Amino acid sequence: MKWKRREFMKKLAGGALAASCAPPAAVFPVAQWESKAPADPYGCLVDLSVCIGCRKCEQGCALANELPTPSRSYDDVRVLDQKHRPDANTYTVINRYFSGLKYDKLNRLVPTYVKSQCMHCQDPACVSVCLSGALQKMGNGAVYYDKSRCVGCRYCMMACPFQIPAYEYADPLTPRVRKCTFCFELIRQGGKPACAAICPMETMTFGKRNDLLVLAQKRIAENPRRYVDHIYGQHEVGGTSWMYISDVPFEKVDFVQLPSDPPPRLPETLQHTLFKYLWSPILFFFSLAGVTFLAKRTRSEEYAPKTVKEIPK
Amino acid sequence: MSSHPAKPVGIKFWSSGAVTLFVLMWIGLAFTVARFTKGIGFISNLSDAWPWGWWVAVDVEARVALSAGGFTTAALGYVLGRRYYASVIRPALLIATLGYTSMVLGLVIDVGRPWALYNPLIHPQPNSLLFEVAMCVMCYLTVLYTEFLPVLIERFSPRFVFLKILERFLQKVMWIFIVLGVVLSCMHQSSLGGLALPAPSKINPLWYTPLLPLLFLSSAIAVGFPMVIFERVLMAKWLRLKPEMEVLSRLSRFIVFLLGIYMVLKIGDLIYRGAYTHLLDGTPQSICFLVEVIFGVIVPWCLFLLPQMRRTKWGIFIPSCLVILGVLMNRINVFIVGVTPPYGEKHYFPSIGEFATSLGLLAGIVFVYRIATIYLPVISIHAQEKRP
Repeated sequence: MKWKRREFMKKLAGGALAASCAPPAAVFPVAQWESKAPADPYGCLVDLSVCIGCRKCEQGCALANELPTPSRSYDDVRVLDQKHRPDANTYTVINRYFSGLKYDKLNRLVPTYVKSQCMHCQDPACVSVCLSGALQKMGNGAVYYDKSRCVGCRYCMMACPFQIPAYEYADPLTPRVRKCTFCFELIRQGGKPACAAICPMETMTFGKRNDLLVLAQKRIAENPRRYVDHIYGQHEVGGTSWMYISDVPFEKVDFVQLPSDPPPRLPETLQHTLFKYLWSPILFFFSLAGVTFLAKRTRSEEYAPKTVKEIPK
Repeated sequence: MSSHPAKPVGIKFWSSGAVTLFVLMWIGLAFTVARFTKGIGFISNLSDAWPWGWWVAVDVEARVALSAGGFTTAALGYVLGRRYYASVIRPALLIATLGYTSMVLGLVIDVGRPWALYNPLIHPQPNSLLFEVAMCVMCYLTVLYTEFLPVLIERFSPRFVFLKILERFLQKVMWIFIVLGVVLSCMHQSSLGGLALPAPSKINPLWYTPLLPLLFLSSAIAVGFPMVIFERVLMAKWLRLKPEMEVLSRLSRFIVFLLGIYMVLKIGDLIYRGAYTHLLDGTPQSICFLVEVIFGVIVPWCLFLLPQMRRTKWGIFIPSCLVILGVLMNRINVFIVGVTPPYGEKHYFPSIGEFATSLGLLAGIVFVYRIATIYLPVISIHAQEKRP
């Protein structure tokens, strides 16, 4: 049986039209993205107006997590002259900022100290992008890293909006992603994270995230002149387990301004709309297979375009 | 089969070019040894702020995009049945196979725990676009080698009888692999663009768009034929052959259409999102974007539009180079230039070690290409008239 070219083109066009319109609209609606955030996680509320920058939290963290002792003592205040980020050997750091908004009685600038560590997002980008599930959001709120599942692609680091995960770049064969564990084991045994436990000023309040939100709102409402009316981490990237309240605007002390949309929403929606039951690859496969067979019938093997132009030299 | 069967080129293998490649491969290997004894940090400028750099942008993203000729020529020659273009399929397939293989070798250098690369198989995490890419690339590598198998069989079947049986079987089922190759390619080419989607706050709005997967797919499809032209013209010179100009200049007509789709999507997206307001920022990012789009997309598209250009060798070669550089630059822009980590002190620039390993892999591709074309039936005979 030999088909005419026009007939073939008609069928092809009809098939393509049917394939492109019908399934996505009618049968496969856009996948509804659902947050996988735990309902009642633990959290930590950091009050920046209380912190005195003693770096005891750094010390407590290093002890609890068996991190190497840094070359300069925790008591050496000159460390604060430079900005630091958490790295492969440090899960949490204190930085000092002069916002220019606070003065003491002698008209000297008063610094604001900011503790940085993993925010333990409610819908973490790092967990969503990890291709082998090495990072997991636990029911107690911790974002937990399991090195035995890690491939070392560092996509988690690329995806983290807070630039938190660090990497052991000096280790040739078994490097790990390093970040705050929320003292996962301590919390599981009913304790507090080491940094919150050691803090002499009670800068950090550990508890259920929902209770902490109420507490933060209460503190702001009771001292509206002291605090900025913003709980950092309540809505940022869909909410985080670690939250901050402050007496200076957050952008003055290097907090990233982030939208409330959880980063995993867009890629996961896309992924699950297109690849649910692998419908699109399967449909595409059979459409192309159909085209292959039709084309084989309509085009002879010696097919050549009618007008092959001379190539001028 | 095509009326012009492919044959081994059969010239002397070692040339000054081959020796240069060999040296580059050894330099790359030396840096690889350093990476596996002293760590990634020893040979690269990657850091906690810049976990992805040259290796991801060039050796993964660009390498995969520039290997797209493998599936676009297969789609044209087999799926759409345009057997006229059969002579470019095998060389394109060879380039794709080598490209994907070198990408995996590059990953072994880039990832921290290459010995644990099986982990996604036993702990799948289907929310991750990278998981999908990994699965697709794995399957597609199998497909590519299966598609290439007939070339090896053709070469060795006079000596081994059982290969004839395998060949007959493969002929029956080959359509499955070819169609599967096109499907898998479309899947991971688009998902590679999706890799940037979870980091909206880190990527410059000139490049960050929900349309990234579609832009990556359409640019990969658009760069497929330019890559074939580039490879046929350049390699023909190297192997002292004449490129099949009739086929190539007819092939270049498709580029007008395919590159046109990418151009419309890219510029339309920029206007629709209102991101064009960043174009005249004067930042390095805005300059890179303008260079990428003007010299990598608009100029070559206009050049391909001219019939006089399409008829001459340089007339298709130069715009093809521009398209290739445009796609290469796009991948570098999305994953390096356009990235702003919130606390990155200074912008990442690749180290000598990163360049050297990358160049070593590239040299490896061309080196094995020369081996394959000289000893295996890859290039069609009508292209084999020796230069006078």
